[in-house]
Amino acid sequence: MLASRGGDLASCEDALADAFAAALATWPKDGVPRAPEAWLLTAARRKLTDHARRDRTRIQASAELLRRADTDIASPDEASGVPDERLALLFACAHPAIEQAARAPLMLQVVLGFDAARIASAFLVAPATLSQRLVRAKRRLRDAQVAFELPAADQLAPRLDAVAQAIYAAYADGWLDDDPDRRAVADEAVWLARMLAMSLPGEPEAQALLALILYADARRGARGPAGTYVPLSAQQPRLWNHALLDEAEALLQRALAHHRLGRFQLEAAIQSAHVARRVTGSVDWPALMQLYDALTLLTGSIVARVNGAVAVARAQGAASGLARLDALASDPALRDYQPYWAARAHLLAQTGADDAARDAYRRAIGLSSDPALIAFLQSQMP
Amino acid sequence: MKYLLLIHSNEKSDQEIDPAEGQKLMGEYFAYTEALKQAGAWLGGQRLRPVAEAAVVRVGKNGAPSVLNGPFIETKEQLGGFYMIEAPDQEEAVRWASRCPGARYGTMEVRPIWDLPT
Repeated sequence: MLASRGGDLASCEDALADAFAAALATWPKDGVPRAPEAWLLTAARRKLTDHARRDRTRIQASAELLRRADTDIASPDEASGVPDERLALLFACAHPAIEQAARAPLMLQVVLGFDAARIASAFLVAPATLSQRLVRAKRRLRDAQVAFELPAADQLAPRLDAVAQAIYAAYADGWLDDDPDRRAVADEAVWLARMLAMSLPGEPEAQALLALILYADARRGARGPAGTYVPLSAQQPRLWNHALLDEAEALLQRALAHHRLGRFQLEAAIQSAHVARRVTGSVDWPALMQLYDALTLLTGSIVARVNGAVAVARAQGAASGLARLDALASDPALRDYQPYWAARAHLLAQTGADDAARDAYRRAIGLSSDPALIAFLQSQMP
Repeated sequence: MKYLLLIHSNEKSDQEIDPAEGQKLMGEYFAYTEALKQAGAWLGGQRLRPVAEAAVVRVGKNGAPSVLNGPFIETKEQLGGFYMIEAPDQEEAVRWASRCPGARYGTMEVRPIWDLPT
């Protein structure tokens, strides 16, 4: 958030760390300030000013920064400014100048203050690799002189898509994980999605991202005893969090009312169709087929194709679904894509091709790292 | 780029595993090896015999070779096997390591291999 004033992320982080330290030292005596976020921001800005005074040549914009920081300290009307600044920082982290794989980690570090080791464990990369990536990303932010401000109206939609994808990546990596680090990252991603949706009420994709994440989060409790894997179609709706699902439905309706369809609205609509059986008692597979086809058209994603084939199998029979999967078989991305092999194994078993099903199940098992999923796949093998 | 995935685990507790669990583990290794091969990432791999059969060899300053019983270093977990794989980058190699049964029953070490002409 400070970077929207400072322009240099590294020095902003230092200042924020100092401010946290100062906060910890002060709070127990003086009590928690009324708006802790605003207080931290003010404190950090004060620290930043100190640093800048000590080393005036450190940042090009330090004169301007000093002026702004002094103004802000003189008139600390922080509470209203905080969300916008944090939002601007989110957009900076998902700037086109930043490589895609660095965007979500950068958000987690810069906006939420996660340390590199936790982020590395959440994204399953070696800490050294992640640190290099973060350093490179910050250098690019500085070299490209990325402005810490909201994109202009005509640029908002494409830039928002990058922000939403990064938040979703942060969520998707840890949402079903028992590992506390990975789960913490997913929880913070929910928080980021909330902030994005609240800050941009007129953007349907921002509402839809939050809806999508809430649909998934609502189903976390549906795993079996001791975390056994239960596929979505076998989950008991009474184990879902219905308050979260209701919130997701309302968000999705609000998003769709804008009549500006996008990837996240389609994904959320797919989730909505899956959980509709909590009310209707059955899944509308033909509708899901169409939604996955639309998503495939929009994104070309292999995930949508594989899920689409499964919906076809449910709507029109296993053989039709298999034909869809066969049509994808030449794509090299499928060679190590576990869900493709699990879906293929399942459909092969349904058509009675047991030998081929066993091979496909073994392939899916070999590509899994989650013991719960492995146990499930082993139990399904004909 | 080539990577060596080293499988470290406690050899003693591995030997005490019950037969049904052992059978399951074998199946998982088989599935993993197949997945590596089918994805075109497999370059080689072997399971090592127990450290009790290991020998350490050195040639001293005086030029005389010496041989000792046992592994190079005594540790809680022993090197029990390895895979050599082809992966575009470290991240992909780490992803393969995370799928190896050795990651669930022990510890995987991912080592990039120097690319030198042979």
